[in-house]
Amino acid sequence: MKVVSRRGHNPRRIHVLAFAALMTLLSGLGGCGGGSQAPDFVFLVGAEPETIDPATVSGQPGGRVDRNIFEGLAFNDPTDLHATPGMARSWDVSADGLVYTFHLRDAVWSDGTPVTAADFVYAWKRVLEPATASKYANMLYPIAGAEAYNRGDLTDPAGLGFRAEDDHTLVVTLHSPCPYFLQLCCFYTLLPVPRHVVEAYGDAWIKPEHIVSNGPFVLKEWILSRHVLLAKNPRYWDAEHVALNLVEGLTGDNINANFNLYMSGVLDWADASAVPLFVVPELRERPDFHVAPYFNTYFYRFNVTRPPFDDVRVRKAFYLAMDPSDITEYVLRGGQVPAHSLVPPGLPGYHEAHLPGRNVEEARRLLAEAGYPGGKGFPHVELFFNTSESHKQIAEVIQQQWKNALGVQVELVNQEWKVFLATTEAVDYWISRGSWIGDYLDPNTFLDMWQSTNGNNRTGFADPGYDALVDRAARTLDPAKRMDLLHQAEDWVLNKEMIILPVYTYVVQNLYDERDFTGLTPNLLNLINLKSVVPLRGHRGRPRNTDLRPEAAAARTPAAPGSG
Amino acid sequence: MITFLVRRLLSTIPLLLVILFASFVFMRSAPGGPFDAERALPPQIEANLEAKYHLDEPVEKQFLRYLDGLLHGDLGPSLKYQARSVNEIIGQALPVSLVLGATALAFALLVGIPAGVVGALHHNRTEDYLTMSVSLLGICVPNFVLGPILIIVFSFAVGWFPAGGWGSWNQLILPALTLGAIRAAYIARLSRAGMLEVIHQDFIRTARAKGLRERIVIGKHALRVAILPVITYLGPATASVLVGSVVVERIFSIPGLGSFFVNSALNRDYTMAMGTVLLYSGLLIFLNLMVDVLYAVLDPRVELA
Amino acid sequence: MSGKPRETRLEPRGDTRREPLARLGREDPLDHTLEPEAGVGFWRDAFRRLLKSRMAVTGAVLLIVVVLATLLAPVLTPYGFEEQDLARQLEPPSLQHPFGTDLAGRDLLTRTLYGGRLSLAVGLVATLVSLVIGVTWGAVAGYKGGATDNVMMRFVDMLYSLPFMFFVILLVAYFGRHLILLFLALGAVQWLTMSRIVRGQMIQLRGQEFVVAVVALGAQHRRIIFRHLIPNLLGPIIVYATLTVPAVMLEEAFLSFLGLGVQPPNSSWGLLAADGASSITAIHTAWWLILFPGLALAVTLFSLNFLGDGLRDALDPKLRNR
Repeated sequence: MKVVSRRGHNPRRIHVLAFAALMTLLSGLGGCGGGSQAPDFVFLVGAEPETIDPATVSGQPGGRVDRNIFEGLAFNDPTDLHATPGMARSWDVSADGLVYTFHLRDAVWSDGTPVTAADFVYAWKRVLEPATASKYANMLYPIAGAEAYNRGDLTDPAGLGFRAEDDHTLVVTLHSPCPYFLQLCCFYTLLPVPRHVVEAYGDAWIKPEHIVSNGPFVLKEWILSRHVLLAKNPRYWDAEHVALNLVEGLTGDNINANFNLYMSGVLDWADASAVPLFVVPELRERPDFHVAPYFNTYFYRFNVTRPPFDDVRVRKAFYLAMDPSDITEYVLRGGQVPAHSLVPPGLPGYHEAHLPGRNVEEARRLLAEAGYPGGKGFPHVELFFNTSESHKQIAEVIQQQWKNALGVQVELVNQEWKVFLATTEAVDYWISRGSWIGDYLDPNTFLDMWQSTNGNNRTGFADPGYDALVDRAARTLDPAKRMDLLHQAEDWVLNKEMIILPVYTYVVQNLYDERDFTGLTPNLLNLINLKSVVPLRGHRGRPRNTDLRPEAAAARTPAAPGSG
Repeated sequence: MITFLVRRLLSTIPLLLVILFASFVFMRSAPGGPFDAERALPPQIEANLEAKYHLDEPVEKQFLRYLDGLLHGDLGPSLKYQARSVNEIIGQALPVSLVLGATALAFALLVGIPAGVVGALHHNRTEDYLTMSVSLLGICVPNFVLGPILIIVFSFAVGWFPAGGWGSWNQLILPALTLGAIRAAYIARLSRAGMLEVIHQDFIRTARAKGLRERIVIGKHALRVAILPVITYLGPATASVLVGSVVVERIFSIPGLGSFFVNSALNRDYTMAMGTVLLYSGLLIFLNLMVDVLYAVLDPRVELA
Repeated sequence: MSGKPRETRLEPRGDTRREPLARLGREDPLDHTLEPEAGVGFWRDAFRRLLKSRMAVTGAVLLIVVVLATLLAPVLTPYGFEEQDLARQLEPPSLQHPFGTDLAGRDLLTRTLYGGRLSLAVGLVATLVSLVIGVTWGAVAGYKGGATDNVMMRFVDMLYSLPFMFFVILLVAYFGRHLILLFLALGAVQWLTMSRIVRGQMIQLRGQEFVVAVVALGAQHRRIIFRHLIPNLLGPIIVYATLTVPAVMLEEAFLSFLGLGVQPPNSSWGLLAADGASSITAIHTAWWLILFPGLALAVTLFSLNFLGDGLRDALDPKLRNR
């Protein structure tokens, strides 16, 4: 780059720079793909998915994409989440609840290859293969032989409890009855994968140029940190009822930026990843803000092996000194509910354990009994949480509550995500923030994690009695008895041992304008089912009304479909 | 000049190696690993994963393996994004950041230099105070404040530009403004200071005495020397634009390298992080070289060592 | 920036009020033909010039006011900086809360004042660190030239090419969030630029006739660097130092935006501004959350810059004549 010129004239240098800039500009902008066709629907995927391979997906973003491009034996009904026939048009359950026979419909992959029972056998075996390193292999553990195979104890796949009797019949044998097994069949880990594609391309099979799927949409394009493009799959068995042709899923994890995209009309649907904490009260007055209960609890873990929290009285004192309503009413303000249990309320057939609620005198009494009257002599303890605005705000409020009620100063430590994970996993903390989304609609998902062998425990709590209780519940046939045992387990974790501090139950927060689309229902698992979304003539694509006056909000009643 | 260039280029190779090795080791010594996740992995499966990516080998061996890949132009697979290679991710994200950065810098130069020159020429008068105050504003307002303000004003209030995203020309303007503002401010100040130094020099008086038009005096003779501090600043400016773009990319949802850069460190995605270190270092070294060359070219009194 | 050496004229300078400098203990006979070094009279002159500049004085006064305010915070406000009052969250400015309150009901004026302590400390310490290391390094490298320069600046390049963000993130992640670490890390990044600027200027300077002359006279290198050359560089050093402080403060804000800077419940202007920025949305803005910390930051940086400009003008004798 020789810039010497006879005249050494500055403007020339600027011309060179401008020219260079123009060239990079052209290449940079032109290089970005993007269909020439405009999408009918734009939704927020969330953070960039690490993968969309059903065997290794973990987390909502990847799941969100997978559930719309693949279809499993069943899928969650958009409104009440019950298992609706998908690839399996019907199923029979044996009287003892151990054998499920799935009758598959005639369906094909997007390249025309038929979907057979063997695809499910292949996919599930692949999940359980130790080399695949699936994070959700435990979803298959109710099946006979699955856990042993996954742990490497069983090496002969013939010992696995699922087999393809013929192309359209899949027979699954469980090791003990599992009332929520059909729910599990809706989960993304149990989705089928196209064997011929996976074997041909290996890890790269999920790329848009290779991938083949059996769901209502196919992956047309995937640009990291930007978007996924899903095109309607004409070979889907129910394609005639799929109303959308091209769907764009935006990826991004900055809440304010996502919110801006929604308010400017770019996003048609978004969830809590686009709801800034500051404006929640204003949002609640808008008709396009939809709230529903969420199967998700926010809690603090105690390290029960490290003093002073190895003393259950101290743990209970900390619970009794806390007032989560301060947080739900003043920090979150989105309709969240202070938690009185670990399992979120509302599960049919189950009544959760009940915590007593705030009691400052009792808290002080317990703390004194444990040897720290008025907080005197209380050792230095820290509360760890990962970097996030809301975690920080919540922790600050609770820290203050502990200080006022107990005279104890807990230090807040904001940890970067990986460090936080590492310290929590290593049980190297005093108090650590946590949360848990139920994977399926059954209390067991919140309770088996506290077993001593479960890697999600991370509290140091290990009680063989508890392990046995949860195992017994898993083998109990009678539903009522089973729910009772699970209730006992929850009670153990909370009222007896208080190994965790439930703080609040999340709510699902969805942003969408129902004048523009039907088929979008906020549900307990925060799922979005694109195949049931139907566009109406509406205002999509235009910036939304930022006017917040109550009259203006009331005036905007949803228009009847077709009236535009 | 040629020997200088060759010698510098040759000396960069050991430099890069040292940088790479230091980063390599440093990264792996931080707590937490790439496979730690909210949902626990059974320990033997985690061990399998680590073996798959050779993370269980001694560091030196891993480094040599990495270097071997480098020689074949392969930066390795991303540890976080399955089925994506680092080459691929950088290939997608780098042009975006380059475009953003180049536009921001172009804006900074096109606005900053004239502003500084005008200020210097009208030293201590209204124009001077005006340009200096505005440039101070640019320095004092962080880009994560300026960005949202620009969005509210230009996107929601008047609706000229989109609020974010990438792919069309008008999505470039607001982010580039946000990113370039502080650099424009610095450049204005530096060129003003430089110009102030220069216009009282003898050789300028001589040029004037010779009867040259003021525009030539300033534009050709004075400016060439006055922008030397700006040249020196261009190096760190470009570097900081690449880093500062992290914030801008977050605010405007731009799929650039900046966020990968930070997230790869936070995610312990070693290969991606190394890729960005390599890229960043290479870019900086090259820029520094260019700055030195430019400096020598513009100021004949300087000899290149 | 006074990067150019002063001319080595032999005729008397314009300002005849300058008394012959006290030349105690100096041996160089030819000194009177060279630049007057930074002797006592020079600084007194500079100070006088400084006082004459309105901008500089304004800046200095504002700075003193800000610093005093942050130091006197316990006296100035009745609230503790951690004190929460959830019933009064997100209140706009009022008599009881002149700066309003934040999401947890804490008084923003109090948090701004206490936060200022941290911000000023970060700015000051990091800049000092960068000054000391950077000037020495750059001056030596630029003066020596040749292989020494090469090695020294390659080292700078090496550090420079280490992505700062990376370095600090890992540092913070590995060693925990101690404030000292933050100061050192931020200072450690800034010295690099300082050294390059100083070295660049030094390279120009050393080609000057007067340096050649002094070297020919056999003066020791150290004396040359510290007595003759660095004073000539004071202009750019000071100007760049005053440009460094805001840079450091903004970098701290950047880290706070990522959650890696100052930790709650401590606060800094950067953290407050970052929090305030997240409250800027299309439908509602708690404008006071961003305005007041932003103003505090801006006022401080403004005054530092005014002061820096004034200092530069005061220290650059060439401008005396105008």
